[in-house]
Amino acid sequence: MRVCLGEFTLELELEVPAGGITAVMGPNGSGKTTLLRCLAGLEATEAGRINLGGRLVDDPAAGVWIPPERRGVGYAYQDVRLFGHLSALDNVAFGPRCRGTGRSVARRSALADLDAVRMAGSAGIKPAKLSGGQAQRVGLARALAGAPPVLLLDEPFSATDVDVRPLLRRQVRAAGATVVLVTHDPADAEELADAVLVLQAGRIAS
Amino acid sequence: MSIASPGVPDRAAGASGGEPAPRGPQGTAQRRRELRHRPVGGLWLPAGVALALLVVPTVGLLQRAPWSDLPSLLGSPRLRDALVLSAVTSAAAAGASVVLGMPLALALSRCGPSLRRVMRAAVLLPMVLPPVVGGTALLFALGRRGLVGLWLDRWFGWSLPFSTAGVVVAATFVAMPFFVVTAEAALRSADAGLVEAARTLGARRSVAFRRVTLPLITPSLTAGAALAWARALGEFGATITFAGNLQGRTQTLPLATFQALEAGRPGEAVAFSVILLAVSVAVLLALRDRWLSR
Repeated sequence: MRVCLGEFTLELELEVPAGGITAVMGPNGSGKTTLLRCLAGLEATEAGRINLGGRLVDDPAAGVWIPPERRGVGYAYQDVRLFGHLSALDNVAFGPRCRGTGRSVARRSALADLDAVRMAGSAGIKPAKLSGGQAQRVGLARALAGAPPVLLLDEPFSATDVDVRPLLRRQVRAAGATVVLVTHDPADAEELADAVLVLQAGRIAS
Repeated sequence: MSIASPGVPDRAAGASGGEPAPRGPQGTAQRRRELRHRPVGGLWLPAGVALALLVVPTVGLLQRAPWSDLPSLLGSPRLRDALVLSAVTSAAAAGASVVLGMPLALALSRCGPSLRRVMRAAVLLPMVLPPVVGGTALLFALGRRGLVGLWLDRWFGWSLPFSTAGVVVAATFVAMPFFVVTAEAALRSADAGLVEAARTLGARRSVAFRRVTLPLITPSLTAGAALAWARALGEFGATITFAGNLQGRTQTLPLATFQALEAGRPGEAVAFSVILLAVSVAVLLALRDRWLSR
């Protein structure tokens, strides 16, 4: 696939095996987040093809474009992006609710998702009252909610306490999804990833 | 080193190591005050003049109010008619400003920069136009022989000038820009990242707008609606030009106040003014507690 954003061009070929976890590393501005945004459908590619779980979602040559809401990805953003007007619980329940799950069922499973990242005690709290690490854990729970087949994680543990990271890594692994994990932390790559990809100026360096 | 939260005396400063701290809790508090303090100094005089200009007229009004005659003045049919008409027309104008202004604000926030410049100029015009000019323009556009009024009369038999509906049209003309400008600013500053987050969670564009953008900008929309309502309540120039000054039909509270003054009934004018003042203050206080203080 290829994508151009101003002066910057991201050009790479990547295959992530189903259920596998690929870590993407590289310096700032090397295209890690852009890669995730293309996979999620938040950026349009200029050439090439993107398949998610065997389904073609983006192919400019064939005129194929699946919008983000129908790609079935869970995305944990680097800047978290919790909805300020909703409690932690309703943030996590948001995705399942959008996909048609009833309110009470969605909230019950959201509570379980929060519990999995040890945030069930803060279920009723608005994001503004959470610390950076707590918000990030809620953001991870929100991405994991509804068990999406593809997980895009952009530095999902960067602000969390070091002692909860093993738990969070276990949750990511337990999700059983195909994962693309952007990280600066070699420990994440080492303990979680099946394969490591290093990006440099929009291309695969190794 | 220790960092205490604001307002909590920094006891630990002198406690560690057993050595006497160079400055105790008092010193910390003082330093903190110094850091936060921004001196008003020479600003007092010009700021005081500005404040006096805003407050003295209101004080003068309250001082001259015929408090003992107020109950009988409040019972007058002239006041009752004007009060009811003002309440109904200002609420209708605020409602129309929201219903018509919201799509306009959305279009403004989404269209290209050159079109936006033209549209925004059109929106801002009624804000800078003298209301009497606005009323005259409305008369020539919507009057029975006007550009649009001709057809309204011919097709539907509607005649807006000198009618209660005309009062609402005049008030909406001057009030809607306040809502549109506020709503557009809110929409444009709304966090696009949150819409992206909603969409990757499975929300269609319209759902993301309804369930994320709209709730987040509701305080701004409420403030815009309140501004539009306040402007509609105080409307005078466009109303008297376009809709006239007929008691029970087009005579709103500001018009009744003006007429009382003209007719040599200053007590009545002051009483009406006190009512307008009380209503404005009450609504602003209610809005502040509920929404505007966020």
